[in-house]
Amino acid sequence: MKHLKIDNLHVSIGQSEILRGLSLDLPTGQVHAIMGPNGSGKSTLAKVIAGHPDYTVTSGDILVDGESILEMEPDARARQGIFLAFQYPSEIPGVTIANFLRAALQARLPEGKELEATEYYAKLYEKMDLLEMPRTFTSRAVNEGFSGGEKKRCEILQMAMLQPTFALLDETDSGLDIDALKIVSHGVNSLRGPETGMLVITHYQRLLNYIVPDFVHVMVNGRIVESGTKELALKLEAEGYDWATEPEAEAVAV
Amino acid sequence: MNETQTQLDIDREKGNFRYNVDYEFDAGTGLNEKTIDYICDVKDEPDWIRKFRKDALKKFLEKPMPTHWASHDLENIIFDKIRYYLSQGGQKPKKTWDEVPEDVKRTFERLGIPEQERKFLAGVEAQFDSEAAYSNIKEAVGKQGVIFMGSTDALKEHPEIFRKWFGKVIPTGDNKFSALNSAAFSGGSFIYVPPGVKVTHPLQAYFRINAENFGQFERTLIIADEGAEVTYMEGCTAPKFDTATLHSAVVELVALRGAKIQYITVQNWSNNVFNLVTKRGLAMEDAEVKWIDCNIGSRLTMKYPGVVMKGRRARGEVISIALAGDGQHQDTGAKMVHAADETTSNIVSKSISVGTGRATYRGLVKIPSHLKGCKNNTECDALLINTSSRTDTYPAISVRGTGNACQHEASVSQVSSEQIFYMQQRGLTEAQAMSLSVNGFVNDLVRQFPMEYSVELKRLIDLEMEGSVG
Repeated sequence: MKHLKIDNLHVSIGQSEILRGLSLDLPTGQVHAIMGPNGSGKSTLAKVIAGHPDYTVTSGDILVDGESILEMEPDARARQGIFLAFQYPSEIPGVTIANFLRAALQARLPEGKELEATEYYAKLYEKMDLLEMPRTFTSRAVNEGFSGGEKKRCEILQMAMLQPTFALLDETDSGLDIDALKIVSHGVNSLRGPETGMLVITHYQRLLNYIVPDFVHVMVNGRIVESGTKELALKLEAEGYDWATEPEAEAVAV
Repeated sequence: MNETQTQLDIDREKGNFRYNVDYEFDAGTGLNEKTIDYICDVKDEPDWIRKFRKDALKKFLEKPMPTHWASHDLENIIFDKIRYYLSQGGQKPKKTWDEVPEDVKRTFERLGIPEQERKFLAGVEAQFDSEAAYSNIKEAVGKQGVIFMGSTDALKEHPEIFRKWFGKVIPTGDNKFSALNSAAFSGGSFIYVPPGVKVTHPLQAYFRINAENFGQFERTLIIADEGAEVTYMEGCTAPKFDTATLHSAVVELVALRGAKIQYITVQNWSNNVFNLVTKRGLAMEDAEVKWIDCNIGSRLTMKYPGVVMKGRRARGEVISIALAGDGQHQDTGAKMVHAADETTSNIVSKSISVGTGRATYRGLVKIPSHLKGCKNNTECDALLINTSSRTDTYPAISVRGTGNACQHEASVSQVSSEQIFYMQQRGLTEAQAMSLSVNGFVNDLVRQFPMEYSVELKRLIDLEMEGSVG
């Protein structure tokens, strides 16, 4: 079992502090959901774990199996097994999905070792079938001209190909209709297992009907205010976030 | 030899070597009538060429440097210090590599030329400084009546075809550098393809500058007779010197009725080369002239391949990729002159500027009012890598009359930091991510190059991008 540990993390962008002492322990084999209102810092958390250069960690630590990854470049973190399914994936004009994934897998091989093309395509097609993606998809440029649903499916395809140890899914359900949501969830569920830990970030409980989490954390104003099992998500669905935000507001007023 | 080694090798360092060579023929520095007499005597040329050269010299001296529109860097060319004719092994190219002098042969072997010839070419001419060291055409192609030889030999052996077209597509006084070339030209290819003959494999020329303070002035003339088809590829390299080297070619293409000429250039000059080239094609009725041009390297390149569409339904096309690295200026573009009804032209230009590199696009599209049914499409896209990179676009479009159409699209983009982060998140290093983005940017054009070139072009871009981040 491996652990991704977030320890009392404080993060700023420019002058404003976004994460204010957030702690979380994600072992492989579990799926944790993070829910929270807009602006609570959910996406920031995902990007900081992935090493986005815009954010500054002012204190605290992010550790994989006890080793801090804060000094690692984003690509080194990725190669160590951290994957971020982006809320807004970038377009890469002229670079096909097949070539992009090939380059990403090649980057994980030791120097001098070449990716085996036949095996690669066999795996690619298998994962595309799982996500009900037509074969013609491989020759399209990454995210260029994709619909919202296609972009999200493409993210999950990349996740399936790269087989991360820790997958961070940032608002994967946003912009998806119910059919696309089912396909994407099916893809994600098929990747669940003892070798993988998942952090599912979402605003709505809806996604968690399809990707059922082991634990749910409620995030407000840059820290986790409540943790529980999947029933907590249902409570949020029924009562909204107000009950969770109010104590925070009082605390600030004091 | 394994598969990766057999690919065409044009990486930036590949050409940066030099063997010491003793030159048997050397016209000394500077260009005057005596230099021209020396060249004519050594090459044993007919009197009309001697006169042609001397007239050209006058025009070259009369014409001012075009710095009222072009880069002032041109003023750094010191014409008196340049050597205008250097040849080692005489004026007659060899038909087999075994006959080529050892040090020259070694150079071309290191550049992989004999091997490519065996693999996929219909004929090769290899020029070393002023003269072709080797020139050969595959027997089967020669039997079809295709002529492929150096221009020096052609003007003596085939004067009836040569004189008819020589200097007709690009007149001596077209610009200062076409005049310079006309005065001092040596080497280059002459190709004649008889009516209806389609040459299936490309003919290739390789231009190698070996000497310092030297000017290479090859002259190429390609004539595709009615219904003929031919593809010509040229490659160029030079070692890195501290002093400037000059390369100033003139290339004239003539596509007679229904003929097709495709001219592919992969230029990979070292960073001390001034590359000032005039290229133009004439397309008669239903003929097609297509320039595929890749400019990497050089200190300053000025090159605007053109097509004059003189016959009805003639087509002209320029596809170009320019990569301006640190300290380099790629001033490239295209000229499309429509001179008959229903002629169509297409220009697609993509440039990448890295570091302090500067890419300039200059385009001329001319459709006069008396014509009808003419069309031009121009797309030019620039990619800037660093904040110090620069790009400029100067399109000159003159489309008149009511029955003609013209479309111009231009874009400037940057590789965004979000895009790089996205790619890094998938495990690519920053440099790999940048390379992949740049390759993606030119991907649709690279695909138009023959396979052997496109694979290496990608690798070349990777190498160029390595130092651009961090």
